[in-house]
Amino acid sequence: MKSAVLTGEHFINGDEACAEGAIAAGCMFFAGYPITPATEVAEQMALRLPDVGGTFIQMEDEIAAMTCILGSAWTGAKSMTATSGPGFSLMMETVGLAVVTETPCVVVNVQRSGPSTGLPTQGAQADMMQAKWGSHGDYEIIAIAPSSPQEMFNLTITAFNLSETYRVPVFIMSDEIVGHMSEKVVIPPAGKIRTVSRPKPKGRKENFKPYAPGPKGVAPMPAIGEGYNVHVTGLTHDEKGYPVMSVDTQKEMMARLLGKIRNNLQDIILTEDYQLADAEIVLISYGVAARTSYTAVQTARRMGIKAGLLRLITVWPFPDDRIQALAEQVKAFVTVEINMGQICREVQRCAQGRARTYFVGHPGGAIIPPADVMAAIKEAMQAK
Amino acid sequence: MKYWRVPLDADEIKVVRGVVHIIEDRCKGCGYCIEYCPQGVIEFSKKFNAKGYHPPVVKADTCLNCHYCENLCPEFAIFSVEKTERSL
Amino acid sequence: MTKNVKQQAGEAKHPLEDLVRMDRIPHIWCSGCGIGSVFSSCLTAIKNTGIDYSKFAMVSGIGCSGRGAGYINIDSFHTTHGRAIPFATGIKMANPDINVIVFSGDGDLFAIGGNHFIHAARRNMDITVICVNNMIYGMTGGQVAATTPYLARSATTEAGNPESPFNLPLLAYAAGATYIARWTMLHTRDLADAIVAAIHRKGFSFIEVLSPCPINYGRRNKEKSIDTLKNYHDKTIIKNGADPVTLDIDYGKGVILGKFVDIDKPTHDEKYRKIYLREKE
Repeated sequence: MKSAVLTGEHFINGDEACAEGAIAAGCMFFAGYPITPATEVAEQMALRLPDVGGTFIQMEDEIAAMTCILGSAWTGAKSMTATSGPGFSLMMETVGLAVVTETPCVVVNVQRSGPSTGLPTQGAQADMMQAKWGSHGDYEIIAIAPSSPQEMFNLTITAFNLSETYRVPVFIMSDEIVGHMSEKVVIPPAGKIRTVSRPKPKGRKENFKPYAPGPKGVAPMPAIGEGYNVHVTGLTHDEKGYPVMSVDTQKEMMARLLGKIRNNLQDIILTEDYQLADAEIVLISYGVAARTSYTAVQTARRMGIKAGLLRLITVWPFPDDRIQALAEQVKAFVTVEINMGQICREVQRCAQGRARTYFVGHPGGAIIPPADVMAAIKEAMQAK
Repeated sequence: MKYWRVPLDADEIKVVRGVVHIIEDRCKGCGYCIEYCPQGVIEFSKKFNAKGYHPPVVKADTCLNCHYCENLCPEFAIFSVEKTERSL
Repeated sequence: MTKNVKQQAGEAKHPLEDLVRMDRIPHIWCSGCGIGSVFSSCLTAIKNTGIDYSKFAMVSGIGCSGRGAGYINIDSFHTTHGRAIPFATGIKMANPDINVIVFSGDGDLFAIGGNHFIHAARRNMDITVICVNNMIYGMTGGQVAATTPYLARSATTEAGNPESPFNLPLLAYAAGATYIARWTMLHTRDLADAIVAAIHRKGFSFIEVLSPCPINYGRRNKEKSIDTLKNYHDKTIIKNGADPVTLDIDYGKGVILGKFVDIDKPTHDEKYRKIYLREKE
């Protein structure tokens, strides 16, 4: 039987690295449904969870898988599911339930090309807006985009930590290319891995309020069986968890749900700067598309163009402030992503006309050639 | 109650009796307790409760504490408790 | 046998109040609705098991019956439409010490949630599913359901239902449930006893409870709730062990009630733990 943390160097693909990251983060429950190209995450979790005394279950569909991990999360278990586009669509209603019931969970979306069945075995980054807006109503979630198998490991741990800290679903917005790419993955010793567990209530169990915000605006979360007699509902509810059909309660609940993310952006948002200090042209990219962007920055620099890259590690919440600040300094933004124009709209919104915005996209099925990015960089340089 | 024959051990047999409690303002007037009370202990009252329904009222002291009204009531509005036992 | 809670005269407190979120009473169920009676039998059963309340969780879906979880004073979950069973599955598999009761309606469990029902039964998930069957979508105003009788009127079948309803115990039987019973809300003691047995029965337990919806089914079908209850009393036959094939709901020939299946089979969590976690049975 293997241990939770397989310290050492491995040559594994992104999906497997994601599963190892989950186990290292303390994940004890996985419910899933087979779908290309995310199946390897489920397979690895099925193999590895018994090693740590955890539970794997393959459900009858993705709706069931997503709902199942909310049930397990309320027993205190760190829980995860993994899917791709069609399954992600099926999960959307339950994502809303996770948000409104403040249930920590991690959802991996190894993106493939859509719409519908699309190109099941070929990558894309076209579910980015769905991750933010796919369930009905207003809400805030956290979405992370890993660029390599190593990041699939590291950022899965980050995803669990954020999910537990903020009692919010966290999406790992990977893609087929990173998911199926095999690279060296270094797993550090267990003692070097920082894991976070949800805040637990202390004190009186009578008249306990499961949604009374604590530090960071997040309420401590009891587990089933601890005697807190919590009521958890998808209806608009007060701090006691009781449904109250009033505008005031809706306002109060929404302020709490949005506030715990919007008031902690500094703690949540992760970005990486590459050659940004003196950059005139700033590429905005994430996930596998960022790998193309590094090459483009290097090529542009060799040609004497001051290009840089702001890599979004968390895509949601969006780093509005950072891009607004950059817009004051730079000539143009070039957003590079494997879709037909999603995050580029956010960049355009934050640039507020203070810097030009360009978009390099792809309908899906392949990575973006660096030459396409170079063409956009040149166009941006020539613009007056 | 009159018996045509009194059992020899009548003084040893204890008959359970009940007292019906009605929480009037919880009642929604479905009448199930009245319809299905095996002893016919209760009937609709003339008065209205806070919700505007006629709650039941106890009309006879023949309750046997069977709890059927209590089990059937959808509103937790009626229950019975055991009265001090007395012999036949 | 159903035990009644001993209480001394003079104490004016309903004996189930410790299990009810009294600060949420009155509940939303209409006058004459049977869900409250089924709910009451369920609470009596929980009390009668003698199991600590903290070892229970109730999960509901959406609809009138789905509000059940909101009134019970234990850990309780009001989930999305049709998804009570997979939520319950998550609880049970992550913490097998919890007795998980799914309390929901026919539309929730057998139309939108039908797939989850058959798969949980097939896996022998160790949960207790109580289905309040009022044969209609009550909450939304009385539309036809997967349980509405042939030719019955509803908001979406003004001239009568052209479809045929499910025979729920037969469906549960075919899917592999280990405990199957049917009662009506009028059979309060049999129902409470059945729920106690279902909670104690390891494996997937299913109890169908017939219950009137006077507002959205009764009115359209010229059936007062008290008439529905008369059917429950006069036109039902208690036949334990009846062949599930014979369990269609037809008051013309008599509706069969009773316990139809009560067998022992290893549960999913037992099997998983034995095969994967190498735990001894």
